[in-house]
Amino acid sequence: MTATTLRPFVTALAALAAGFGVLAIGLAVSGYDPVLALGALGRGAFGSWYTFGSATLVRAIPLILLGLGVALAFRAGALNIGAEGQFYAGAIAATWVGIHVTAWPSGLAIGAVWSAATLAGVLWIALPVLLRVRFGVMEVISTLLFNFVADAAVSYAVTGPLQEAKRVYPQSDPIADSARLPLLPGSRLHGGILLAVVLAVVLWLLFTRTRWGFRLKAVGLSPRAAAVSGRIPVKRVLAGALLWSGALAGLGGGVEISGVTYTLFQNLSPGYGFTAIAVALLARLHPLGIIVTGVLFGALEAGAQGMQREAGVPAVAVQVAEATIILAVLLAEVLGRRAAERAVAAEDAA
Amino acid sequence: MTGEAAVLTGFLAAAIRISTPLLLAATGEMLNERAGVINLGVEGAMLAGALASAVGAAAGGAWAGALLAVLAGVAVAGVFAAVAIGARADQIISGTAITLGSVGLTGAIYRMAFGAGGPGLSLPTFAAVPIPVISAIPVLGPSLFNQPALTYVAWLLVPLAWWFLFRSWWGLALRATGESSEAARASGVPVRRVQVMATLAGGALAGLAGATLVLAQVGTFAEKMTAGRGFIAIAIVVLGRWHPVGILLAALLFGAANALQFAFQAMGLSVPYQLFLVMPYALALLALAGAVGKAQAPAGLGK
Amino acid sequence: MSGEQPALELRGIVKSFGSVHALRGADFALAPGEVHALLGENGAGKSTLLHIAYGMIAPGAGTIRVRGREMIVRSPRAARAAGIGMVHQHFTSIGALTVSENIALATGRTGGGVNRGAGTELPARLLQDLPADARVDSLSVAERQRLEIVKALATGAGILLLDEPSAVLTPGEVDALLALIREFVNAGGAAALVTHKLREVFIAADRVTVLRQGVVTFSGVVSGQTEALLAAAMIGKALEPAVRDAAPLVAIPSPSAAIVTHFGGIPLRAGELVGIAAVEGNGQHALLRSVALDPGAGGSLALVPEDRSTEGLIPDLSITENVLLGLDRDPRWARGGRLDWVKLRARTAQLMDTFRIRAEGPDTAVGTLSGGNQQKVVLARALEHRPAILVAENPTRGLDVRATMFVQEQLREAARAGVLVLIYSTDLDEVLELGRRVLVVRAGQVTEAPPGADRTVVGEMMLGVRGPGRAT
Repeated sequence: MTATTLRPFVTALAALAAGFGVLAIGLAVSGYDPVLALGALGRGAFGSWYTFGSATLVRAIPLILLGLGVALAFRAGALNIGAEGQFYAGAIAATWVGIHVTAWPSGLAIGAVWSAATLAGVLWIALPVLLRVRFGVMEVISTLLFNFVADAAVSYAVTGPLQEAKRVYPQSDPIADSARLPLLPGSRLHGGILLAVVLAVVLWLLFTRTRWGFRLKAVGLSPRAAAVSGRIPVKRVLAGALLWSGALAGLGGGVEISGVTYTLFQNLSPGYGFTAIAVALLARLHPLGIIVTGVLFGALEAGAQGMQREAGVPAVAVQVAEATIILAVLLAEVLGRRAAERAVAAEDAA
Repeated sequence: MTGEAAVLTGFLAAAIRISTPLLLAATGEMLNERAGVINLGVEGAMLAGALASAVGAAAGGAWAGALLAVLAGVAVAGVFAAVAIGARADQIISGTAITLGSVGLTGAIYRMAFGAGGPGLSLPTFAAVPIPVISAIPVLGPSLFNQPALTYVAWLLVPLAWWFLFRSWWGLALRATGESSEAARASGVPVRRVQVMATLAGGALAGLAGATLVLAQVGTFAEKMTAGRGFIAIAIVVLGRWHPVGILLAALLFGAANALQFAFQAMGLSVPYQLFLVMPYALALLALAGAVGKAQAPAGLGK
Repeated sequence: MSGEQPALELRGIVKSFGSVHALRGADFALAPGEVHALLGENGAGKSTLLHIAYGMIAPGAGTIRVRGREMIVRSPRAARAAGIGMVHQHFTSIGALTVSENIALATGRTGGGVNRGAGTELPARLLQDLPADARVDSLSVAERQRLEIVKALATGAGILLLDEPSAVLTPGEVDALLALIREFVNAGGAAALVTHKLREVFIAADRVTVLRQGVVTFSGVVSGQTEALLAAAMIGKALEPAVRDAAPLVAIPSPSAAIVTHFGGIPLRAGELVGIAAVEGNGQHALLRSVALDPGAGGSLALVPEDRSTEGLIPDLSITENVLLGLDRDPRWARGGRLDWVKLRARTAQLMDTFRIRAEGPDTAVGTLSGGNQQKVVLARALEHRPAILVAENPTRGLDVRATMFVQEQLREAARAGVLVLIYSTDLDEVLELGRRVLVVRAGQVTEAPPGADRTVVGEMMLGVRGPGRAT
């Protein structure tokens, strides 16, 4: 293995270390015992096979799906920060379809639920795509704002049209049995894990072996060169990347409904859409790497619950670690780039 | 006062009250972007300021809260400056990461300090300060000139910002940096220093905006209470064409749109509350889309 | 002039950027009242030396003396305080700001007034011709350069450094510029003029220092020197003049060759080598980028864009991947949306061999290649299209002599093989040398220069002073 192939791994490890370091320091400063707290974190994630399957992997599934979506967009230089909202859009659609397919055979029901979720994700990102292509509005902001709209949409759905028949709680009726995913016996790990892994492999092949994958990369690195020398229709590639990104995020929402919660309610997602950004960046946008980082962050989220239970540390504190990891990856990238730039600049300056 | 006048006065007062945090944050972000730096961490800075103001007010009164909020905003902006300007990492991703981190940090600190999901705190707030004489003018008086002190501060910043940007050398240097940092550097402008100062100033104002939200509007702190106001401030900067007066008008527009819900309530119209929840975001998107002539943005923004 | 101490003296300057040694102990002394040319080919270190004198780069080693006093010039601000002004190759005015704002920025004072520079009223006079409240991006190129000079002199500079100022000007404008510099120098100022054109040295300079690969190979008075001597100092052997004199070996296309396209209404045929001459900003880019094949003319179109690092190549991608840009539908390695990297890599290796592209292998990142090798990649890829038309924008910009000659020969080869080659260059000499036909673009309109037209004629056409075929 040469130095260049090792670099992304080293970077990832360094970023992880930085994230945990900041978390540990924060815990110590706040008066918690970092060793105890981090130990609780570890147990919450890897304490037993059951924990690993039902806590960590279950959380890894939406992270992988959303991470793939975010990575797809990022590869083309499009910043989809709205995966959270697209997830909810998918969840809403999945719930509605799932409630209505009671008479369908299981395979068809699940297919319908997933398709609806995927389509909803596409529709949810469609307006930001339009704004970007027609009006040049930065998709970062538009997709971000749509997250808040999605929150409102879920709130409206569960207190209105999709509320349970009993009208007691702000949640939907559960979806039909036929629309629920099979579980691994003895755990809460559902069939979505297969989907996530398959999609990761498929995406990897598409990225590395097809013209479409190459064009995404070219546009992401240099839209100008892609347009001038590559004769690539940049806007179309960007729009496509964003739409597919929304599709994956929406699908993530559908999988969560059909595999975990079976009902729709507010705050269904503990911030999956944002954690997915860290998942994608830490894996340097590599689909197979996203399987690993998805599991890693799933562990982090599962562990956070354990940390809150055992050590009393608010679970939301891990978001600080996640943010630190993103920053660390960015910094590592800058350092690597600077070294390469210096050599070129020297020659041009003479 | 007649019924309609009362509704109008109430509506205007609410519009201005709601627009103040937006105006503060947007003015700060304008300075930031005029120097060529787009700071998506403004939401995180505002949230940090909100929490800090609650802590400060509980300990030492409203003004202490405001001061602590400014410091908190500067701190968050400082982290962003170190990463995005010092290390020259991608501004957009790092700004987003900082907002995420701030959400996590404020959530964690709030829970540790005040317990999980407890009832709202009771904090000393900024009372409305009527300006003598003018506040007696019908309708306009009570609504415009009977506002908390921070609103007057926000308004004062508008002509100050204008003078700074267009009549002082440092403001010129700031604008030059935003258009082309290389050309500015060749003219002797200390580009990095200018960008860092602009970012810190933006953070300070964002923190103050958070304080306004807690101490002059809502009266308490709740997790994620900024609810995207920082990003809306960015849309306001675009709508206001990066000009202090334009931003004032845009902020008032947003405040008015938001205040509509109170006017509707007062008039007895019932609309699902989620609609009002969504309105500021829809308006922001419209503002961004309608801001044709994007060529007005500082040419070096984000580079 | 002798006996007086130099206005500016750089001694033993060493500067490296990573593994690239830009300057290896260079000396340069500028006396008051003289125009001193700094001559060398691209990559010799001339601009770096100037940037060090102006405080934009810190030297690795060596000393700087201003009027005999040794000082460390830390920044452009410090340089200006010491009386040094610089006119950069890439203008440093800010388009969105006005003329007076740009001057205020440079002088550190609002109000836009200018000090007297070197005891002349030069800056104030130049300023009169510029509208104070106009946005700089509405000015012409020559006006913008005048603004650069005002900015350089506005703080009372007695030393003026100019970095390839004539590169963007027409011949007529160059004369005006040189006259300006002479006026400045006659009033007691000192001017250092960086250039890679021998001709300019003889017209404008009193003394010349020649740099080659970071070292001074010659320094002395201009009068009495020969072109051959200076050329030899520049590139190491006197091969240039010989090659220059050779007639271009492009076969004259027969009148029956197919018309491939119309450029600005003028028909162009296969196998022609057409030079495009224009001042920046006259619509030539729009015209060049919109060149299209006439209906009925078969084949494709290939472009060698002006800015190779942002338009021609993606620096982070490998040579192989860059070759794929624009060729990702070629049936040799792309079928049904799938890519065959093995075949593509093999072809890339072949191209690297044919075009003598020096790199570790086809998987090397293109950003690490030298400018010349990068340009060869762009050219190789363009020719791989087997195009009917090849449009080249400033294809030899920033390349050393050897690479320049290679690229020019490739263009001639392509024309010999039947490709219509359009070459646009801001270097008028290159246009005239390569092009059998010369088209001038002015304000979006295209006119053909009469056969055998020289620099002056074409230069005037570029400025619109003379139309085609008008008697002088």
